[in-house]
Parts: sequence; C-alpha cells; structure tokens
Amino acid sequence: MIEFKLPSLGADMDEGKLLEWKVQPGDVVKPGQVIAVVDTAKAAIDVECWHDGTVLQLLIDIGAKVPVGTAIAWLLEPGESAQSVQRPASPAPLLIEEQPSTERRLRISPAARKRAAELGISTGELKGHGPQGVITLEDIETAARVAPTPDPEQAMRRTIAAAMSRSKREIPHYYLSNTIALDNAMAWLQVHNAQSTLQERLLPSVLLLKAVALALRNYPQLNGFWRDNAFTPAPDTDLGVAITLRQGGLVAPVLHRVADTPLIHLMGELASLVERARSGSLRSSELGGAGITVTQLGDQGVDSVLGVIYPPQVALVGFGRISERPWVKDGQLCVMPTVISSLSADHRVSDGHYGARFLSEVRRLLQSPEAL
Amino acid sequence: MTYREALREAMREALQRDPRVFLMGEDVGRYGGSYAVSLGLLEAFGPERIRDTPLSELGFVGAGIGAALGGMRPIVEIMTVNFSLLALDPLMNTAAALRHMSGGQFSVPLVVRMATGAGRQLAAQHSHSLEGWYAHIPGLKILAPATVEDARGMLWPALLDPDPDPVLIFEHAQLYNLEGDTGEWGAVDIRCAKVRRAGKDLSLITYGGMLGKTLEAAEQLAGEGIDCEVIDLRVLRPLDDKTLMASVCKTRRALVVDEGWRSGSLSAEIITRIIEQAFFELDAPPARVCSAEVPIPYPRHLEEAALPQVSSIVAAAHALCQGLSGGAP
Repeated sequence: MIEFKLPSLGADMDEGKLLEWKVQPGDVVKPGQVIAVVDTAKAAIDVECWHDGTVLQLLIDIGAKVPVGTAIAWLLEPGESAQSVQRPASPAPLLIEEQPSTERRLRISPAARKRAAELGISTGELKGHGPQGVITLEDIETAARVAPTPDPEQAMRRTIAAAMSRSKREIPHYYLSNTIALDNAMAWLQVHNAQSTLQERLLPSVLLLKAVALALRNYPQLNGFWRDNAFTPAPDTDLGVAITLRQGGLVAPVLHRVADTPLIHLMGELASLVERARSGSLRSSELGGAGITVTQLGDQGVDSVLGVIYPPQVALVGFGRISERPWVKDGQLCVMPTVISSLSADHRVSDGHYGARFLSEVRRLLQSPEAL
Repeated sequence: MTYREALREAMREALQRDPRVFLMGEDVGRYGGSYAVSLGLLEAFGPERIRDTPLSELGFVGAGIGAALGGMRPIVEIMTVNFSLLALDPLMNTAAALRHMSGGQFSVPLVVRMATGAGRQLAAQHSHSLEGWYAHIPGLKILAPATVEDARGMLWPALLDPDPDPVLIFEHAQLYNLEGDTGEWGAVDIRCAKVRRAGKDLSLITYGGMLGKTLEAAEQLAGEGIDCEVIDLRVLRPLDDKTLMASVCKTRRALVVDEGWRSGSLSAEIITRIIEQAFFELDAPPARVCSAEVPIPYPRHLEEAALPQVSSIVAAAHALCQGLSGGAP
C-alpha cells in the first residue's frame, strides 16, 4: 500500500490547505494524474500522483490544513486489495489549527481617531465608553487630561532609535581610522590663543571641523545624500555637529559652508550652536541639510569613535580624545599630541580606498594649521 | 391660526396677487377640500379659479402641467400621497423632465399640494409617507412645511420661483389642526433647512409630521442632560447639505427621524451624505428612527407601533449618546 503524502510544492512551503479532491475511493490513478488541489498560500496548485494504483481512502477533508509530508490518501498498489492490506493504526493526520486572529480591530469613532492623532494620544490601551464599547471623542479628551504631556526625551529617544535602526538596517557601513599627529596644530593654537582676545581664542575642535570640510571638497562622495537608490552630492560643506544634551540624547545641528568660514567665525558659530542646542532654541535652518556629520567624544576620554551614519547622509567622521601618545618622528621616539580620526562611510557610495585617501587628506591639512 | 388656515391664507393671497394662479383638485370647490383647506375659496374666487375635477389624478395633474406650460400658475391639490401614484407618470415623465427634454425651452411652473403621513387610522391606502420617493427625482423641488409659518409662507415663493421647477408640497395630515404663529407673514426661504432647536450633543434630523415628536423627544432628553439640536429639513430636494453638515460637525452624532420606510429612503440618503461629507467628524455611527416596514395598519395600537414615537426617538438617542458625560444611562 502507498501512503500518498502532501508534497512540497515550493521551497518555502510548510503546509497546504486541501481545496478539492479530484479522485474518490475506488478510482484508478496513473502517474501524472491530478488527484487533489492544494492551496499553498501563494496559489492553488494541482497535486499529481506518481504511482499506478487505486484510491483506497482519502485521509483529510476539504478545507483541512496539514504540514508537508502528511499522508493525505492511501493508494492500493496494483495487485493489492482492500482486504489484503494492513492499514496503519491511526489515519488521523496532524491538522493545523487555524489560529484565530489575535488582532482585534480598534473600535474608535472617526472623530476620536482624528482627535487622538492631533493630541498624540495612543489609543491602543484606552477603554471605550461609547455604544458597543467604542472609544469616543470624550474618551480621548479624558485621556488627554489624564495623560502627561508627551515626554520630549522619550520622543527624542524614539527619533534616534528610528534613524539609527534605519541606518544599520539599510546602510552597509565600512570603518577606517587614522591616528593624526597634532604637534603643529596644537603649537599653532597655543600661539594664536596667546595673542588673541578671549572672543578670538580657538578650540582644537574648530581645526578638526575645518580640516574635514576642506578635505570634503576633494572627496564629494562622502558629503551628500542617498535617496531613492542614488547618491546626490551635497551642494556645500554643511557639516552636522553631534551635540550631546545634558538631559540625554543628542542633536546634530548644522554648521553651514564650513570650508569657506574663517576659523574665528567658525568658533563663534560652534559655541553659539552648542549653547542653543542645549537650551533648545535651535533655528529650523540649523536642523537639517547637513551632508555629513562630525562627532567628537574626546571630552569623555575615549580614544576613538566609530559612529553610525545618520541617514540619508553617507558618512560620519569621528574624533576621539586629543591625547599625548608615544610617537615615532624622524626615527626618534617622542611624546606627541595625537587624535584618532575615524570614518564610517556608506559602501554603496564610496569604497575603502577612497575613504582612506580622505582621512589622509584630513591628516595632511591638520599639519598646516595656519592654512586652515 | 391653524396650519390649515395658514395654507388657505397662502392660497388666498396667491389668488389675489396673481391672476394666473388657480386651484384645482378633487373636492376643492364645493366641498372645501377633503381636509377643508380650500373652504370658502370657491365663494370668494368663483368656479373658474377654484375648479373641482373628476376623480382622475392622471387627468387633472396632466391638465395642470398643460396649464403651467400655457403660462398659468396652477395649484393642484391631490387628496393624499397614495393617490398621487396615479399621477406619477405626468409628474415624473412630463413635469420633471420637460425642461431637460426641451433643452430649456419649456418650464413647468406647477405647484402640487398633497397630504401625506399616518396617524389618523386611515389604513394602508391613505397613510404612507412617500415624499422620499419624489425627492429621488431630478427636476422636482420637494417642500415639507412642518410649521404654521412654513405653511403660510412656502406657497408664494414656490409659485414664483425664478428657477421654475415643478414644486411638490407635502402637508402632513396630522398637522392641519396645529396651532401656531405665522411669523411675519412674509414668504419663507424655500432653499434651506432650519435649526428648530440648538444643541451640542446630538443632531436630530427630521421634517414634516415628525418635527413635533422630535422636538418633544429633545425636550425630554434635555431633562436628562442630552442637549439635542433639531434640524427641520423643510426642503427634501434639493437637500441642504450645508446646514446638515454644520450641525453634525458640531454635535458629532446624527439621528434621522423619518416617517418613511427605511430601505432605499430619504433617511438613507441623508445618512449617506453625512458619511460622505462628515465621516471624520463623527463620534458615533449615524442612526435612524423610521416607520416599521409594513403597510400602515388600521388598528390604533398597531398604527402607533408602526410609527416613530417620542419614546423610540429617545431610546435611539440614548444608544447614540452612550458614554457621553451627563448623558445617557
């Protein structure tokens, strides 16, 4: 006797639902004959038989859903008779229970739904008091009075979560790093600051930002946007600057046209940006449009930072702590102020070789701080 | 003044003001009208202008259409809406269609008055509310005066409408004895619905014979803290969407009270428009109170059971306003 089993009708088919039997007990079947129609969730498919024989018994009912490999019919081989064969003890196939949908459509009036959206109220957990338990406008208004105003920190967390998840989901990052000697830069800064008024004094950050901006002029594939499966270069050297907020979270407002801005102005703009970011008074023009982001976590003592690209940008430059490290210069071991620069870049747009040349360019520029 | 007297005064005024106006219908002359609306007009205006007709709605409505085409301003009275079905052919195929079919060359400035509605134990051939059927027909204008003021004021603008579609005026038979004020004796607006009671929780939309019961229900509901707005449609075609939507957008709940049957009805049309135009303003599914889908019965208790009553309006309002603070139980 032949146990006819539900065949796999596609690599991803785990189960099938019997739509129709094309044979009845007693029918003679031949190889290639369609004996049943099964729904595979993609299509209704004719199931062929590959044996000569006679149908003895159909084991599942129309509408039943069973796993691939389940015996769905018994066939007698030529020469066998119903009396001569030993039937397996339990013909009951493993039926897959239709899972009742656990998703219940939210019962909420159109007006209440609209109002909830306006107020930013989540309706999923609300209890409705209207006819048939529907959530009404009044339920929403009540919830709005009770609910605390949406937590801005939580909202920011959600925004960051969404952007970073998207980044890691979509962007094939590659990472490079490069340790940069800053002896020239620090010496130049010291002299400059000693000669300057308080307002004109510079922080090393400004040199790093300016160097990145100037380098980007020659490496446009790191400055721009990936949209609709294509890269668009940014029109200018507008740099996003990651600023940590005291209450948690971060923002990355924009410094515009950094490559064309003199260092002293850049310092003023940066200081103002940080202050306003932390007091929550950024201008809308400062909130978007950067073609790349620069993050500096040196304050926290970390050596380097390998960042997550902020979509739709295609690169992020990180700087760690500026620190005195052992260094070899002209064949001599010495103590050298250094910073570890890093690049996270989108492999869809640029390649490692390109990114490496960019980081070298940043390093080269930082050797001549007076030219920045 | 009663509703009946208001209608009579409106006709008297029209007959006096315009020599083209005349009245015809069954028993309108010597008998004074089956509801006594035209009582005394024969004596005042003579048989040329107050004309008794044979018992043939098909004939005298057709004659009215002809008179209108000929330059007159006829008022045709049909005893009751059930009988008007005999005149459906001239009303629909001629009166409503002629302007369209003549490319605008011929209009039919005809006014047809008829009684409608139940409540007087007149049984299954004299009691129905079929005005919703007429409201289905493009080319007609359908009026339903529910107050003495509208009974007094709708006729003249209907006769002299600059947009000379045939006008059908439906007078609910229960209203003829209604006492009321005629307002300022002027013509009333025959384009707009009217808010008869302002409220913020629920729009009760009704017309004609149901206005009284609806206002009574609104009073009762007000005592329970449900503040109803009552809209009197007044014009069943074309419907005044603007007033309806303004009310529904305010109250966010709508209950249509219509003495007509519900299937394929005017109430269905109103609710469809609310859904189409104000869906996102709604806080509850719109509802209706209509007559039971039976021929109107003769026995009083069965007739009452078949018709919308104050209690059924109140019950429907409760269901709609469930969960409203200060509202329903």
